[in-house]
Amino acid sequence: MTSDALLEVKNLTKIYTRGYIRVSHQVGCMDVSFSICKGEVLGLLGQSGSGKTTIANVILRLIKPTSGSVYLEGKDIFSYTPRDYYARVQQIFQDPYGSFNYFYRIDRVLHKAVTLKNSQTFYAERKRRIAEVLDIVGLNPSEVLGRYPHQLSGGQLQRLLIARALLIEPQLVVADEPTSMIDASSRAGILNHLLTLKEHHIAILFITHDVGQAAYISDTVVVMHEGKVVEQGEASKVLFAPEHPYTRRLLSDVPRLHEKWDLSQEIVSNPTVSDLRG
Amino acid sequence: MAKEPLVIVENLRGYYVGQFGIVQGVDGVSLTLSEGEAVGLVGESGCGKSTLAQLVTGVTGPLLHYQGGRVLVDGYEVYKIPQEVLRKEVLCKRLSYIPQAAMNSLNPVKRILDFLQDVVQERTAKKPSKSEIWSTAGEHFESLGLSREVLKLYPHELSGGMKQRVVVAISTLWNPKILVVDEPTSALDVSSQKLLIKTLALLRERGMVKSMLFITHDIPVARQICETLAVMYCGQLVEVGPVEDVLDTPCHPYTRGLLAAIASYEPSEKGRARLESIPGRPPDMRNPPPGCRFHPRCSLARESCARNEPPEVILDGHRMVRCWRAKGGL
Repeated sequence: MTSDALLEVKNLTKIYTRGYIRVSHQVGCMDVSFSICKGEVLGLLGQSGSGKTTIANVILRLIKPTSGSVYLEGKDIFSYTPRDYYARVQQIFQDPYGSFNYFYRIDRVLHKAVTLKNSQTFYAERKRRIAEVLDIVGLNPSEVLGRYPHQLSGGQLQRLLIARALLIEPQLVVADEPTSMIDASSRAGILNHLLTLKEHHIAILFITHDVGQAAYISDTVVVMHEGKVVEQGEASKVLFAPEHPYTRRLLSDVPRLHEKWDLSQEIVSNPTVSDLRG
Repeated sequence: MAKEPLVIVENLRGYYVGQFGIVQGVDGVSLTLSEGEAVGLVGESGCGKSTLAQLVTGVTGPLLHYQGGRVLVDGYEVYKIPQEVLRKEVLCKRLSYIPQAAMNSLNPVKRILDFLQDVVQERTAKKPSKSEIWSTAGEHFESLGLSREVLKLYPHELSGGMKQRVVVAISTLWNPKILVVDEPTSALDVSSQKLLIKTLALLRERGMVKSMLFITHDIPVARQICETLAVMYCGQLVEVGPVEDVLDTPCHPYTRGLLAAIASYEPSEKGRARLESIPGRPPDMRNPPPGCRFHPRCSLARESCARNEPPEVILDGHRMVRCWRAKGGL
C-alpha cells in the first residue's frame, strides 16, 4: 500500500447472526480489502445485497466487524474518540428526508457542523462561512435558511448535506447511494457537487449500483458480488476493459442510450424450484 | 404507419381535486398507439406519467377526476361506456394495466396459482379446477421463460425480479392487445431489469401483446424496448417521435436537458462529458406558469414564451414538438 493511503480496509468480514439457540448466519461482507487515497473518489459498485452498505456502516462505526479492521491514517478507526473521528469522516445517506431532524430548522444543522470542529467560533463568522458553502453548492441562503426540512425538496436537502460536509471539511465522505431518491434532472447536479468536494481534497467513498454514475465520478472502482470483491482497480480499466466474468456480465446488462440490446435470444435462465428456494 | 391505431387519446384532461386545490395532473394530452408499437413515456417525477396511465385505463384513483377529452381503446370509448362493460370487456381482455410496484401487492398467504384462479374465475364466470389452471397458465408461464413450478410458490419465495415477471405473466394471461406498464424496472437491479425487458420483448414477439405503453423515468431502459418516445413535462407532452430521432436530435429544450442529465454508461465514449442538471424545479401544478410551461427553466426562453402557449408543431410528418423554437422562431 502506498504511503498516502487515507483509509485502509483490511480483510474486513462481517457476518450477521440471528437467533440465540438456533443461530443462523448471513454474510454481510467477506474478506474485503481496499484502500482510499487522499482526495480520491472510490466507487463501490455492486447489486443489491452485495454488501456495499455493510462496508459503509463499518467505516462509519455504526456496526462492528466480525474480523478484520479498518485504519484511518494508520490508526484503527475504533481507537479514535467519536468527536475526533466524525470530524474526519462524514456521511451522506441515501434518504435525504430521513437525514434531518424535523423538529429543527436547517440553520441548526449547519451551525452545529461548524462548532463540531471548533466550538469557539463566533456567530457572525459561522454565518459568513455558511453563506460561503451554500453558494458553492448552488443554494440561495434566503431560500433555505430559517426553514424546516419538510419545506425543501430532496435535491435541496442532499445539497445541504454536501454543504455540511464542506463546513466540516472531513478527510473522507461516505456517500451511500446519494442520488437514488433524487429526480433524474437534479441527479447530475448532486454528482457535480460531489466533485466539488473532491476539488476541496476530500476523499469520497461513492456507493452505487448505477454503473453510469460510477463511471462518471470515480477514479478507482471496487466491484462487489455476494459480499466479496471480484475486481478492483482504476475506473477506466475496470469499467471499460473488465477482466472478471461477473463484471463483464454486469456491464453487459446496463442499458445504453445509443445501443439496442439483441433481445431475440431466448431467456436462458429457467430456474427450478430448488434454485428459487435456494 | 398504415396500421390501425389501437389506442387514441385526444386532448385528455384529468385533474386532482381536493382540499389542496386543483392540480392539473394531465392537461391536454393527445397520443396514438398503433398496432405493434411500443411507446415509452418518460419525464421527471410528478410530471403526470402515472396519471396519464390511470386515465387511459379508465381506472382513476381517489381524487383524480376525468375532465374531458377522449380515450378510444380498440373501439371502446372508455369514458362513454358503463363501468361494468369497461371492467368486463376492456380491462384485462383488451387492455392490461400493471400499476407501479404491483409486485408488492401480491397476497403473501396465497400461492401464485390461487391468484390465477381468481383471474380466470372472474373472466369465465365459472370456477376452474386447479388442473385446468395448471395446464393453461403453466403453458403461458413457460412461453414467457418462467418455470411452471413458480405457480406453486408463495410470493415471498420469489426475488423482486421474478415477482415482477410473474405480475407481467398474470396480467397478460388473456392476451390483451394493449399492455400499460408503469415503472416496472425501478426497483430492480440491472440483471433482473434486463430479464424483465426480455420478457416484455418476448410478449410482443409472440404476438400476445400487440402494443405497449411503457412508463419509466429511465430513458436508457425505454430505449431498449420502445419505438416511439414521448417526453412529458408538467402534464403535457412536449416531444413525441421515433426513439432514435428524439435521442439523436432532441428538438425540445427540456428533452435536451433530460438527456444531458443522464449519467449513462457508454463504453464507446470514454471521455466524460460534463453532466448538466436542469436548473430550478418543476412548477406547482396547481398554478402552472402561463405560456410555455417550461419557460421559467428554459435557457432559450424569450419574453414571448411567457405569454403565448406554444402549439404542437409537427416536424417531418412524424414528430411532434411543443415549442416556439421548433419551427425556427416565433
